[in-house]
Amino acid sequence: MSYEVLGITVLWIFLFGYLIVASIDFGAGFFSYYSAITGKRHLINNIIERYLSPVWEVTNVFLVFFFVGIVGFFPDTAYYFGTALLVPGSVAVILLAIRGSYYAFNTYGTRSKTPYVFLYGASGLLIPASLSTVMTISEGGYIEVDASGKLTFLYGKLFTSTYSWAVVLLAIVSVLYISAMFLSYYANRANDRIAFEIVRKYALAWSGPTILSSLLVFFAIRGHNAEHFDRMTSLAWMFVVSFGCFLVAVYLLWTRKRLGLAFIFVMLQFGFAFFGYGAAHLPYILYPYLTIHDNFTSEPMALALISVFILGLLLLVPSLYLLMRLFLFDAKYVQGKRGK
Amino acid sequence: MLLSAYDPVMYSRILTSFTLFFHIIFATLGVGVPLMIALAEWIGIKRNDPHYLLMARRWARGFVITVAVGVVTGTAIGLQLSLLWPSFMRVAGQSIALPLFMETFAFFFEAIFLGIYLYTWDRFKNRMVHFWLLVPVVLGSSASAFFITIVNAFMNAPAGVTVENGKITDIEPFGAMLSPAMPTKVSHVLITAYLTCALVLAAIAAWSLLKGRNHVYYKKALRLTMVSAFVFIIGSAIIGDLSGKYLANYQPEKLAAMEWHFETSEKAPLVLGGILTEDNEIKYGLEIPYALSILAHGLPNAEVTGLNDIPEDEHPPLIIHYLFDMKMGLVALMTLVAAAFMFLLWRKRHLAFSNKWMLRAIIVAAPVAMLTIEHGWIFSEIGRQPWILRGIMKTSEGATVSDHVDTMLLLFSLLYIVLGVTSVRVLTRMFRSNPAEEEMKSRGIEGGDNA
Repeated sequence: MSYEVLGITVLWIFLFGYLIVASIDFGAGFFSYYSAITGKRHLINNIIERYLSPVWEVTNVFLVFFFVGIVGFFPDTAYYFGTALLVPGSVAVILLAIRGSYYAFNTYGTRSKTPYVFLYGASGLLIPASLSTVMTISEGGYIEVDASGKLTFLYGKLFTSTYSWAVVLLAIVSVLYISAMFLSYYANRANDRIAFEIVRKYALAWSGPTILSSLLVFFAIRGHNAEHFDRMTSLAWMFVVSFGCFLVAVYLLWTRKRLGLAFIFVMLQFGFAFFGYGAAHLPYILYPYLTIHDNFTSEPMALALISVFILGLLLLVPSLYLLMRLFLFDAKYVQGKRGK
Repeated sequence: MLLSAYDPVMYSRILTSFTLFFHIIFATLGVGVPLMIALAEWIGIKRNDPHYLLMARRWARGFVITVAVGVVTGTAIGLQLSLLWPSFMRVAGQSIALPLFMETFAFFFEAIFLGIYLYTWDRFKNRMVHFWLLVPVVLGSSASAFFITIVNAFMNAPAGVTVENGKITDIEPFGAMLSPAMPTKVSHVLITAYLTCALVLAAIAAWSLLKGRNHVYYKKALRLTMVSAFVFIIGSAIIGDLSGKYLANYQPEKLAAMEWHFETSEKAPLVLGGILTEDNEIKYGLEIPYALSILAHGLPNAEVTGLNDIPEDEHPPLIIHYLFDMKMGLVALMTLVAAAFMFLLWRKRHLAFSNKWMLRAIIVAAPVAMLTIEHGWIFSEIGRQPWILRGIMKTSEGATVSDHVDTMLLLFSLLYIVLGVTSVRVLTRMFRSNPAEEEMKSRGIEGGDNA
């Protein structure tokens, strides 16, 4: 495997990690808000809080890791995406800032306040929408580079394109679906029947739209970037497997059986689709201006980054395992029987 | 230079400085407070004193709020680097990706263990287990300051790279981390962060004592934080001196500009205060003979490079002299407060905790310390203008050419105002509604020996 492919694979794995943990987090924020306005907050809020409190900070790091890493491995991405993303990127940062801090204000401050819950819940859906513009831009067609190398971002085109809206839709519904699937598992572990029934309904309700919007994106790519679509069809088996995993996950939840396994299938479902999409995207990072081979970082830097990455993993994996042992797989904690 | 109404370079500079200005407050707390929490918890366990354990607990509770704001503004500056300075990051990505990457690891490590620490207060029978969970938090927070300052040090004094016609051609990833500015910068940042946090926590204890709340808990808190502050002040003084010597050797233009030293000369005097006239004459300044030579090279006869030997378009703005003098004034103030407290503690112990002027001075020292941190950064950053990468890239070449930077500046300014106001309100309400005395009562902690 060349350094370039290794680099992009590492980053893609981190982005996938972010996709899963952030979806759980964003969706949970929204459900927390939604349950507050429908008067069910007291029923599901406990499990949401018990899961989120120890991990909310970690979620953010996956994202930081991705964008620091991509600039390290592929310095030109900073130039292209940095210039193009000024507005959507800044909006995403502002939303992330509001969300993260108001979560803390609400959870650790003295009493919870409805405006805080609203800011926290609403931003949870807007962030995936604004972050997903990165995916859209990477397909090309929204950037113009003139002869002198000056780059212009075509906002008008982005806002009127079917493809970009399909991606936004997919981002939002999959956040709700992934989150509800996870919360079902967590509520079930907590033996909280009432909460479980509520989040189970959410999960089932969002499963249909998730698969429909995935199909929509699939076809929208065909219209937008035929070359990418062709490569995706040559990897069609990955998307078929992804669909199979979706069916298994929904079946397990439907029959209320083996919910841990159900969530693993949710991860596999998104994993296959995400890596299938990513593999088909190669070698382009930004179609057609930037491939993974353009201005790849120097060999000593690549080597240093990869070595540090491996050392870092040796530190992170056991720590993450400890975090999960203590808060995810510790039945007593999950059921709220441990003091803080 | 033709300045059009919309100038992305100017707006990018303002926005970046706003973000950093705001972030540094929370980042500083993020680096120093865990160390103070660890100290308190350690003493609490070793002496089996519940007051110190409660101290650690209460500090940790407030710390979460500041961490949250620190994390989100840190994410903001991380992304803004690429959004506002795309051409710079293209170069930086090649040369300093490694410390940036390592900073994220340190941050990751800290985040994981902070989550665990906060939710396991009563989980382990052996209290030391819980204490050890804090060690990665302290290490992680200091390590992220360490790595990110390495990035900044590289920008001040690029090393480990070969430059040809203004382009970086050859890079040694680890060599770039060991720039000459690194040792002094990193140690200065770390120790002043510890100092500031010790003073901030001391001010909180002093505030309660001044309000007439005489519980021994506050006295213990004040003693612990002020003694720490005194130690950190001595440390910063030593490192500050080394920083001057670094500047003389590697960034003489910055030292010359901050001391208004125009002619290269031996036995150079140090100028305190004063004003500069149009034709670069110093008026009303207080001259200390030989002091600049001693500051720069440790010898009264040493030669110090003057500004006239440096090309004019590479001169830093001369106002940094005022900035430096103000900074040293603030430092003197803090030193005085800490030394006075130590004197009282040593000679007239009861006065250290009851003298109203002493307590007021400690309360003033905390914002002064934070101000000095901000001030130090402004001084350091303005002092390396016009360069973004000294000797390689000028600031104007690194900025974005995008439209809308002005709108983003407005949006972010609003965000920082709102976040700043809310975090202060949340923090004050948090501690006002649950004072230490009540918490001691509800936890069944003894009233202490002289309550």
